[in-house]
This record gives sequence, C-alpha cells and structure tokens, in this order.
Amino acid sequence: MGKRVVMTGNETVAEAVRQINPDVIAAYPITPSTAVVEYISQYIADGLIDTEFVTAESEHSALSACIGAAVGGGRVVNATSGQGLALMWEMLYIASAMRLPIILAVINRALSGPINIHGDHSDTMGARDCGWIQLYSEDCQEVYDNILQAVRISEHIDVRIPVIVALDGFITSHAIETLETEGDEDVRRFIGDYIPLNSILDIKNIVTYGAIDFQDYYFEHKRHQLEGLHKSAEVIKSVGKEFGKTFGREYGFFEGYRLDDAEYAIVVMNSAGGTVKTVIDDLRDKGRKVGLLKLRIFRPFPAIGIAEALKTKKVVAVLDRTSSAGAQGGPLFNEIRSALYNEPTRPKAVNYIYGLGGKDLTAEHIRGVYEALERIDKSRKIDRLVDYLNLRE
Amino acid sequence: MKTWKDLPLGGIIKDVGNTKDYITGTWRTERPVFLEDNCTQCFMCCMVCPDSAVIIKDEKVIGFNYNHCKGCGICAVECISKPKAIEMEKEEQF
Repeated sequence: MGKRVVMTGNETVAEAVRQINPDVIAAYPITPSTAVVEYISQYIADGLIDTEFVTAESEHSALSACIGAAVGGGRVVNATSGQGLALMWEMLYIASAMRLPIILAVINRALSGPINIHGDHSDTMGARDCGWIQLYSEDCQEVYDNILQAVRISEHIDVRIPVIVALDGFITSHAIETLETEGDEDVRRFIGDYIPLNSILDIKNIVTYGAIDFQDYYFEHKRHQLEGLHKSAEVIKSVGKEFGKTFGREYGFFEGYRLDDAEYAIVVMNSAGGTVKTVIDDLRDKGRKVGLLKLRIFRPFPAIGIAEALKTKKVVAVLDRTSSAGAQGGPLFNEIRSALYNEPTRPKAVNYIYGLGGKDLTAEHIRGVYEALERIDKSRKIDRLVDYLNLRE
Repeated sequence: MKTWKDLPLGGIIKDVGNTKDYITGTWRTERPVFLEDNCTQCFMCCMVCPDSAVIIKDEKVIGFNYNHCKGCGICAVECISKPKAIEMEKEEQF
C-alpha cells in the first residue's frame, strides 16, 4: 500500500533509488543535485541498500564509471545538474550508443556563464540530441513516478536506452511537497529483476564494447541505435498504463489540462506546469477558453500526439526555459511548430523564453501570455515570434 | 556487408578478435621489404610494430603481414642491422 509522505525533490529521487536498490551509483555531487547522493550514501552507510558507491573525480568520470558498471551487467543510477551534465557530454553519447540502461536524474540548472546554480533547462536541452530518453517532472510525485517507470522503460529489451529524468533545480529539488510513495515490495515487483545483456563479465560469452567503426558501419550503427529510441515510444506508453493500473497514477507522453475545448494553449515542461494550471482555473472561471499541454516526454519527441492535441487551437504559446542562441526560438518551440507544420489546419504559434537562471515565472506572467494569445488571434498578427517573460527591458 | 537491421545491440562484437579479418593494409603508401640476408634476428622490428604485422616463424622474422601493415616505417627506422634488413619502398611498385 502507498503512503503519503513529505519530501523535497532530491529526497524523492533518493527514496526511489533506495527502493530500486541499484548495483552501482557513481557520484560527483553538484548543486542542486547534491542532496541526492548525500541521502543515498546515508542509506548505504545505514545498510538499507547494498549499492556500490563509487566516488569519482569528475562528472565525466562518474558517468564513465556508470558505463563501466552497466557493460558489466549492473543496474546503474546517477544524479547531476547543469555543469555536471555538460561535463558528462562526451560520455552521454557513448552510453546511448552502447545501449546501456542507465538512469540519470538531472536536477535542472542553468549553464554558465555567467555562473548560476538555479533552475533552467539549458543543461538537459543541451543534451537533447545525445540519444537518451528524456522524461520531465512537474512535482515530487512525478519525479518519483518517472524514476520508477524509467527503470522499466530503459531496461525493456526493445529499448535498452539510458533515461534522463529531469526536475527543476531548487523549485522542485529543494521544495517540500506531499506525495504518495509505494511499498518497497510493490516497487520491486513493478520494476522486476534486472536481466543483464551481453555483460563483459560473462566470460563464457565474450563480447567487445566500443570498437571502432568507420565509413563501413558507423552510419548503420547510428541508425540501429535510433530504432531503440523509436521503439521506446510504445514502451513508454505501455509502462505508463501499467503504472496507472498498479499504483493508480497513469502517464502518457503529455498531460492536457483543460485542453480539449481550449482555444488558447500554453506548452511547458516541469514545474511551470503547476503555475499555468492555477491561472487556467482562474481564467476558466471568467469564461476564457484556455488550456495547457504539459510535455512529459521530450525524447523521443511525440510529434503525432502533440499535433493531434494542438491542431485545432487558435493560438499556441510555447514556453522554453532555455535560450537556444541563434535559433528561431527555443528547442521546445521548434519541435512543437515543426510537429504542426504538415497539418492542414494549425494554430499560430509563438515562443516565450522564461526563467533563465531561476528567474521567477509568476501567475501574472502566464495571464499576460494568454492575453497576448487572444490579441494575436484578433489581429491575426504576430509582432514578436520569440519574446521574453519577466525580463527587464 | 550487413544492413543496420542485422547489427547486434550497442554495436558489440560477438566474434571477439575479429580485427584480424579487418584489412587495413590498403591504407599503405610505402611497404617494408624484408632483406633476410642482412637480418640479425634481434626482433626490434617486432617490438616496435604498432600493428603486430611482423611475421615470426620458428623463432625467426620471416617477413610482414601486408594485410595489416599500414606502412608507418618505424620498423625500418629502428632496424639495427648494418646494412639495414628493412627498406621502405613505394607501394605503386608492387
């Protein structure tokens, strides 16, 4: 049976990891994810789990150790933030190309410079093309649920792709919320035993990992790798359904909040979803047809489902918590707009950059966005394709 | 050649040691030529060859594996025999 508990986001990650009891965690703590490995090292010291705790000298080494443990047939978990994820960059591609089911909790943090420790999505958005699955989490409950599902998704035989579970630095990682956690045995039954595949420690079936590939096979191997990511979509869906049946909280690619009959929609990821929902309830009371599409899966990008959900809207605002320098707006905006492009009817779409370096996004800003969407609808004119929220100008 | 659909998960190699089937000798622009009469059998060439392409039979150097020799010429430089037992020659002569 589940129980109501009170936890910070970081403690939630650690609690899920405690229940998973992975074989290896390789730690190089970084703000705001530090508490995750602090809790886990305490659990190990207290004998609650028998995870091997490897202290590394950098995040590059930490992920390298995870890769080593994963090719050795271990169930592996790690956590990092911002600069830490950036330093892992080279190894992120290697983990996914080797098809290793590693779970990495990324507590979103702005990338330097200027140096900043607070939450935005520039770290995981920078890693969006590295071949990992990316799950985003609005609150502690979703953090907990996403981590447990990530194990099943990542280890599925059709997938075998590492997964990033993202949550907003400080806003989610350090805020205390209530959530429902499940019993240890129920969680273990849901995630199942890990079945290693092609372990390099299996001396009866010797394999080589990481051999060189040139013009003859590199392209073919990259295409083969993509297949795992493509197939993960179905697995994400079925695991989300099974999670719902087992624990009562079902998950899909995204959550539509009062979206079906909405004329004006906002698209966001992570904690901003809660702020937008509050504003929607308020505006709906005043008769305004506003809704939210809160994206949970950024990779693989669920373009078809999104197009289906948004194509009948009048105007859509996509909110990016990262600045994609020199691009036509943020990465979420580009994906959403591209998903809609081939639809015979499609809404107008605008982009707002918000919350860089942890800058607040308040209900007032969201109200302003919905007002702007109505103005665009009436005037049929977009003054600024890409605009900024809560920026002093 | 296999299509992408036929490849093993994660690009692993199941028949380990298959590097010997991967011919890299075609990269060569010069090849070492073995002059057996000059050779003192010191095995220096064997030790310095980065591609394990020196063929040894019955404890004697007998020549080079041209399927894997990339023609770097280290063996010819390091050969201590006088006159040298290894000479580099342009590949187009062969």
